[in-house]
Amino acid sequence: MKNLDILTELAQLGNKLDPTGAVSFPIYHSATYAHPELGKSTGYDYSRTANPTRSVLESAIANLERGCKGLAFASGLAGITTVLSLFKQGDHLIVTEDLYGGTFRLFEQIYKEFGISATYVDTSDNDLITQAILPTTKAIFCETPTNPVMRIADIKGISKIARFHGLLTIVDNTFLTPFLQRPLELGADIVVHSATKYLGGHNDVVAGLVVTNSEILAERLSFLQNALGTILGPQDCWLLLRGLKTLGLRMERQQQNSIVIAAWLSNHPLVDQVFYPGLPHHPGYEVQHAQAAGPGAIISFSLKNKDDITKVLKKVKLISFAESLGGVESLITYPFIQTHADIPQETREKIGINERVLRLSVGIESIQDLLEDLNQALES
Amino acid sequence: MKQDYHDFNTLLLHGSSDRDPLTGGLSTPIYQVSTFHRDSDKPSKYDYSRSANPTRDVLEDHIAQLEMGIQGFAFSSGMAAISTILLLFSPGDHLVVSKDIYGGAYRLFTQVFNQWQLEVDFVDITNTEEIKTAIKDNTKGIYFEILSNPFLRVADLKTIVDICKQNNLVSIVDNTFLPPYYCRPLEFGADIVLHSATKFLNGHSDVIAGVSAVNCPNLAKRLAFLQNAIGAVLGPQDSWLLLRGMKTLGIRLERQTKSAEEIAKWLSEQPWIKKLYYSGLASHPGKEILDNISSGPGMIITFEVKDSVTKENLMKKLSLPAVAVSLGAVESILTHPATMSHAGMPEEVREAQGITDRIFRFSVGLEHPLDLMNDFSNSIS
Repeated sequence: MKNLDILTELAQLGNKLDPTGAVSFPIYHSATYAHPELGKSTGYDYSRTANPTRSVLESAIANLERGCKGLAFASGLAGITTVLSLFKQGDHLIVTEDLYGGTFRLFEQIYKEFGISATYVDTSDNDLITQAILPTTKAIFCETPTNPVMRIADIKGISKIARFHGLLTIVDNTFLTPFLQRPLELGADIVVHSATKYLGGHNDVVAGLVVTNSEILAERLSFLQNALGTILGPQDCWLLLRGLKTLGLRMERQQQNSIVIAAWLSNHPLVDQVFYPGLPHHPGYEVQHAQAAGPGAIISFSLKNKDDITKVLKKVKLISFAESLGGVESLITYPFIQTHADIPQETREKIGINERVLRLSVGIESIQDLLEDLNQALES
Repeated sequence: MKQDYHDFNTLLLHGSSDRDPLTGGLSTPIYQVSTFHRDSDKPSKYDYSRSANPTRDVLEDHIAQLEMGIQGFAFSSGMAAISTILLLFSPGDHLVVSKDIYGGAYRLFTQVFNQWQLEVDFVDITNTEEIKTAIKDNTKGIYFEILSNPFLRVADLKTIVDICKQNNLVSIVDNTFLPPYYCRPLEFGADIVLHSATKFLNGHSDVIAGVSAVNCPNLAKRLAFLQNAIGAVLGPQDSWLLLRGMKTLGIRLERQTKSAEEIAKWLSEQPWIKKLYYSGLASHPGKEILDNISSGPGMIITFEVKDSVTKENLMKKLSLPAVAVSLGAVESILTHPATMSHAGMPEEVREAQGITDRIFRFSVGLEHPLDLMNDFSNSIS
């Protein structure tokens, strides 16, 4: 059956694939697989190369992102590491300047040494991207919306520019997931996820997922996944499959809550700015509206007074002060010292990550309880 | 080591993974969690499981202890361990590498790290002169396996470590074939030891994992950075399974070694065997060197069958050992290196090493040796 609604696709993930009829796909713990005879294989030889439970997850994410091949990794960064291993000494990439600090660290403290250079630009501006292209440029790597000030990159526009110049477009789609945004459908070549976040959804699995719609890239990425061995174990694969089943329901509720909270924060006396792609005055609102089915569930906001930060982080009772995002429980983080600690001071200032910014990952708690918690935490 | 223990078996059970500090539970809890709430009043080392996870911590501490290192690391696979370790080096660096290494490691050197200008020269690791000659101004390390795969050639660990120290090189030892129960390279001055924990350490063919241990604080710091930056970490469930598997490492190896000795002797007398390689035989080249660094010989037997043997029949008729890749498990495994473990090496390179298609590698499991010997006899006839 084609063209099922995504909610149906998600609920049915992994179903009808096991010969026993098991509705939940079995966890294949086996590291190795017996050959029926010399020269013959069941299709599985060694779990680093291919594992049945991981295969089901990888097919699932490939379908969800409308790609031809999915790959599962030990973490989001392990996935990005493997993707970046596509590049050689002398290659150049154009990269979102306000991207996740861990990715920045990979570029600056590891791949730069290997001769892979990056130019960081505001990828919400297509002109700036075009201007940054060099003869050695091989790809554009962007996040949208960005972390944490929610800059919106025009995926279709960027992919067109990339194609014109023979570049790859790589999009980190962690914040919106294929439920809301499908970069490959908009022209991108590779999409990456920290599946730890929304895809897993329960703050209990660390994992990365990558999808491509190019057979050539699929082959090279599979080779690298196997050669580098940066794979996701079967238990974690199964937990991800389990989490994915409620992706749609969770994101719907989380987004619904976010829209209300963003509006509420916008009117709060202690709050200076609110960064949320669902607010009509948000830069890139139209692009977001055109390329994604919704604004997502991450809200960043800055307080007028930096002294209120410590107070807020201490007073939140329901919302946890913790790293990460996307899970069913609401979380709040302080980018300045957490996710963006590795980014140089000048860059942080340029992109608006200052000591007054907080990032809220909205969960599925009841909206009244969340507003009450924020209200008491923000009381002056 | 809790040095007072008489026997490694005690350490295996009562090392770091002894007891859960909170509940006293004899099995480490599985922290199936990605993120941790931060209490400003109670600072904790845990914020995100890629960086540190309590279950993986217990495993990593345990590995450090068993290998007599100061810090241990757990990765999503043996290859992930090697990949992360190789990132310690920079473009333009040169490594002297044993040419007898696992095919997957060979592939990494020649098809991945070459694109980042990591220079490699492959040498006969049993030839000290060849190793010394290969060292250049930009050489930064020597990478090898103590017992080579599959011919079990013995690398002289002490001599190689000496060469490394004299030339300021990092020694990296893949000791998958010789678990710390028998041999601990760090004890002899090696810098980094790594394992495909998938094999003997876990022992039950049900986890893919890699582990590593170091003795030097600087290396520990850099590896910890890389492990976190690359993120090819071992998940909590797999960490727990590996901890569980290691509890019986000692008794499994004892039994497997005993069986291997018996079976190797028997195989060497069989008419259909052209040549046999087992590091426990007195006649095995390098046996003296091995005895100086390892309290046990190993549990892998490699053999070459005569032309008269139909390989396909052998593999089809054998009922007990699985015809498969991997090794070190409780079940015996028969591997055909040319098409399996060393398929990652180009044919010319394989043939030059003597890995023809008449070579088989047998990982002895816990089955009764008589049953295994009967199985072989039946398959050959």
